[in-house]
Amino acid sequence: MKKVELGWILGRYNYWVFVILTLIGFYAMIAKNNLIKKIIGMNIFQTAIFLFYISIADIEGKRAPIIVSNITEHINYVNPLPHVLILTAIVVCVSTTAVALTLIMKIYQEFKTIEEDKIMEAL
Amino acid sequence: MIYIIIQNLPVLIVIIPLITAFLMPIIGLFKIRYCFYTSLISISITLLIGVLILNSVINDGTIHYHIGNWEPPYGIEYVIDYLNTFMILLITSVAFIITIYSRRSVEKELPNNIALFYTLFVLFITGLLGIVVTGDLFNLYVFLEITSLAAYTLISLGEKRDALIASFNYLIMGSIAACFILIGIGFIYTMTGSLNMADISIRLKDLYDSNVVHAAVIFFIVGLSIKIALFPLHTWLPNAYTHAPSTVTALIASLMSKVCIYIMIRILFSIFTVQFFLHTVPVGEILSWIAAIAIILGSINAIAQTDIKRMLAYSSVSQIGYIVLGMGLANYDGLTGSLLHILNHAFMKGCLFLTVGAIIYKTGIRNIYDFKGLAWKMPVTMLAFTIASLSMVGIPPLCGFFSKWYLALGSIKSGKWIFALVILLSSLLNAAYFFRILERALFGKYEHKTDEAPKSMLIPITIMAIGCIVFGIFGQFMEIISKSLI
Amino acid sequence: MEIISIKPFLAVFVSVMAAVLIVLSRKHRDLRESWTILASIIKFIIIVSMLPNILNGDTISYRLFTILPNISFAFRVDAFGLFFGILASSLWILTSLYSIGYMRNLNEHSQTRYFACFAIALSSTIGVAFSANLLTLFIFYEILTLTTYPLVIHKETPEAKSAGRKYLVYTLSGGVVLLFAIILTYSLANTLDFTNNGFINAHTSVETLRFLFLLYMIGFGVKSAFMPLHSWLPTAMIAPTPVSALLHAVAVVKAGIFGVLRTIYFVFGTDLLYSLNLGIALAYFVSFTIIIASMFALMQDNLKKRLAYSTISQLSYIALGAALLNKSGLIGGVLHIAHHAFMKITLFFCAGAIYVTTKKENISEMDGIGRDMPITMLMFFICVLGMCGFPPVCGFVSKWYLILGSIEANQLPLVIVLLASALLNIAYFFPIVIRAFFKKPKNNTEYRYEHKYRYKEAPLSMLIPITLTAIISVIMGIFPDAPYLFLNIVKVIIENVI
Repeated sequence: MKKVELGWILGRYNYWVFVILTLIGFYAMIAKNNLIKKIIGMNIFQTAIFLFYISIADIEGKRAPIIVSNITEHINYVNPLPHVLILTAIVVCVSTTAVALTLIMKIYQEFKTIEEDKIMEAL
Repeated sequence: MIYIIIQNLPVLIVIIPLITAFLMPIIGLFKIRYCFYTSLISISITLLIGVLILNSVINDGTIHYHIGNWEPPYGIEYVIDYLNTFMILLITSVAFIITIYSRRSVEKELPNNIALFYTLFVLFITGLLGIVVTGDLFNLYVFLEITSLAAYTLISLGEKRDALIASFNYLIMGSIAACFILIGIGFIYTMTGSLNMADISIRLKDLYDSNVVHAAVIFFIVGLSIKIALFPLHTWLPNAYTHAPSTVTALIASLMSKVCIYIMIRILFSIFTVQFFLHTVPVGEILSWIAAIAIILGSINAIAQTDIKRMLAYSSVSQIGYIVLGMGLANYDGLTGSLLHILNHAFMKGCLFLTVGAIIYKTGIRNIYDFKGLAWKMPVTMLAFTIASLSMVGIPPLCGFFSKWYLALGSIKSGKWIFALVILLSSLLNAAYFFRILERALFGKYEHKTDEAPKSMLIPITIMAIGCIVFGIFGQFMEIISKSLI
Repeated sequence: MEIISIKPFLAVFVSVMAAVLIVLSRKHRDLRESWTILASIIKFIIIVSMLPNILNGDTISYRLFTILPNISFAFRVDAFGLFFGILASSLWILTSLYSIGYMRNLNEHSQTRYFACFAIALSSTIGVAFSANLLTLFIFYEILTLTTYPLVIHKETPEAKSAGRKYLVYTLSGGVVLLFAIILTYSLANTLDFTNNGFINAHTSVETLRFLFLLYMIGFGVKSAFMPLHSWLPTAMIAPTPVSALLHAVAVVKAGIFGVLRTIYFVFGTDLLYSLNLGIALAYFVSFTIIIASMFALMQDNLKKRLAYSTISQLSYIALGAALLNKSGLIGGVLHIAHHAFMKITLFFCAGAIYVTTKKENISEMDGIGRDMPITMLMFFICVLGMCGFPPVCGFVSKWYLILGSIEANQLPLVIVLLASALLNIAYFFPIVIRAFFKKPKNNTEYRYEHKYRYKEAPLSMLIPITLTAIISVIMGIFPDAPYLFLNIVKVIIENVI
């Protein structure tokens, strides 16, 4: 077993944030009654994943991966690939949220409520 | 010109339906009737491309296509080997058959949303084709989400308001699944630094003991199990299949779960080789036991249902168990059985749902107790239903028998006789709930006036029923594919 | 020597074509019936034309296509298959004639469905007979189950439907067990082709082989009505009598016992079974069926049910003969397949004739029938003699060989079983005949004084098959090895197998 030191734990704080946010979001998606809160939970969950990706891209001491025009020297950038992936993933997340919100609107039109337990009763 | 087209086939097969999906709402504004024809043309073109790809793969071997001419592992690569070709042909042919069927059914069930339906339909096909063509892990996630979104919306188009709830439930569960898959991809990217499937599989060979990789596999399996509707994560499936419009149910039942199983096969067999999941993490064992439970419980639940679409939905849960069982066994025969059952189940379940859709279209009955004497009023439809049900039970020489043969053979060869017993026992359970309907349909008199389903619905049903009869022999092709995977 | 010829495939396929034609000509009764008769005659001719080759010691084979690795959908006609084939096809001709008479006299409904399903059922039976490997046999076996279901359910009363359900539950379960056995065999031996003296690798563990044999016996045993898997057969007597006669006395149950014999001699082989002591185990196991089924037969009042229990008992005779694993036993068993078929079919035909003319089903109501239907009851009596083992009817020949075989195998208890069951046969068959001829009819007030008899004799279309089968039973008893009759074929079987 590796020796677990405080520095080791605190140094990886990005993973801890990721884990905590994931669990919050996941809990919200499952346990909350209100449909909108579920969607908020979904967003939190997905944001946590984005943070994870971007945090692993970060290298200490390097710059953000944006090309500035008058650069001639060999400057080191942070890994740009995860940033690109997350852009795509954000688009996916936004479309999912849009679809979900549309569905909630239609559900509200039909059921006049967006609390899940009341909807289950009405079925 | 032709040369350029042939060169770019793998990407064309995804782009053509995508562009059609964009154009569809505009066409819908002009004249609704053209929506059907446009989607028919575009799906036919994809079918044609699928056949051309088959030709090319048989002659020249695996196709490697680099998007934008960027070399992997920097660029996205599309790889088409035998397994992909099989999936492409499966998706395009089933889509084509269902498109022909959809015209009458959609007119009746969702008259206000025809343009929307066809847009989503073509988008769904785009997503599916994208999943099976790509060789890049993140691209897979994107297409998976495209497919899922289209599916959520398609399901919500059902008649009753239960469809909305079913769709929302599916959305929540599907998003959880997609997030898990994304986490899995993230973990793998962290460890290997690459997103290209072939590249990852090379780099992973040294990393089999790492905890992160183990966690990644587990996230993948759980996420995909939700998408596949593997017991006990299947709870979205019965509601979704029951309340969706008939065409949508047929489409999703035939294709959605199968493509997600394809993803699982790719991840387990191509990226992580068999060595990994037999020795390091006992994924195979766990999957096969869960699948066995799924098979039995799915069938038992199906016997308890009275609504026919719900019964068929639980039957699907059981059949998916078969396919996953074959995967979990991880030997040649088991995997062959799985692949063959993917093909067979797509056609059998497709035929069953199309038939049920035709019956609902003509008579509106959904309760199995109302089926009395229906066979004499709608003979061709019920004949197709009979063929498909006998095939599900596993009567030779129909196709269902052959996949059960391979699966049982695989179980015996790997020493786990109990799985063979489960497979054969479930044949009897299948017989219980199918023969109930057949007996009722064959005897008695159907009171109300009705006649045979319209020809545009009968032809797809017939094609699928013929497929049920013929596809048993395709086991030999599946063996070639499974040998290339293990 | 192996001859390649398309005849086996034609023999199977001819009645499928007939079924199609029957359905197409459903509006014209006579045309439809003529297809059945024509198909049965053509089938019989094709099968008999293969006889000279088989008697010479050759086999005829025809391969269609490969289904699974190392297994093809293929036909191989050897002596045993041809034996069953001739039996089934010759009896189909007679049963078709009888069916036409039965159906028309009762003015039954759904006759097209009946004749079409009958045709396909026969083609599956011939397919079972001519299969080259276990998988082809299994395919035809299951098709046989499915096509006989509409025939069992023909009357469409709730009683018939529940009988049909019971039939399906039993036969499909048996089919599933059989499939398990077949897959297990394939995984052990990598082939499923029937070979003289078995093809199973003798080096597998003893427990596996014994378990495998048990599975086969359960799988085939449902159709062969071994106790305790027999109860579908009396319940299935709700079907019309020609169905009970041909299918449940000849085709379906004999297909089951055919499968049992194929397993014993062509999958396992005598040496292997002898070393595993399974032959004796099977022989004693079926002795229970022989005795207990006969006792059940004593208790039945419904004539067809009594005949059904008698069939269950007689089928186990065949299994007993095969399980003895010696020449005489096998001769007795295989001969009994044919002899029992002819005798039992006559008995069932008579039961049907009685039903058609008098609507009576129970023995207690059949007093004095012999006066009204003398020819029918005379044929009944002849075959009863045969079933009990009296010469010169053929039952005597097969029982002789069975007893001989038991003595040769040094199994005295089995001899006692055979003799005891012969006594039981007399006990439940003779009272029927005695009542028919010697008792006064119960309802004297029904006597119409202006006519001499109450009921007429059975119609000619039914009487002719009855007489023919009874006469053939006698001929087979007197000249068992007449040129084209069964004993010669059986001798060829024996040469190949023991």
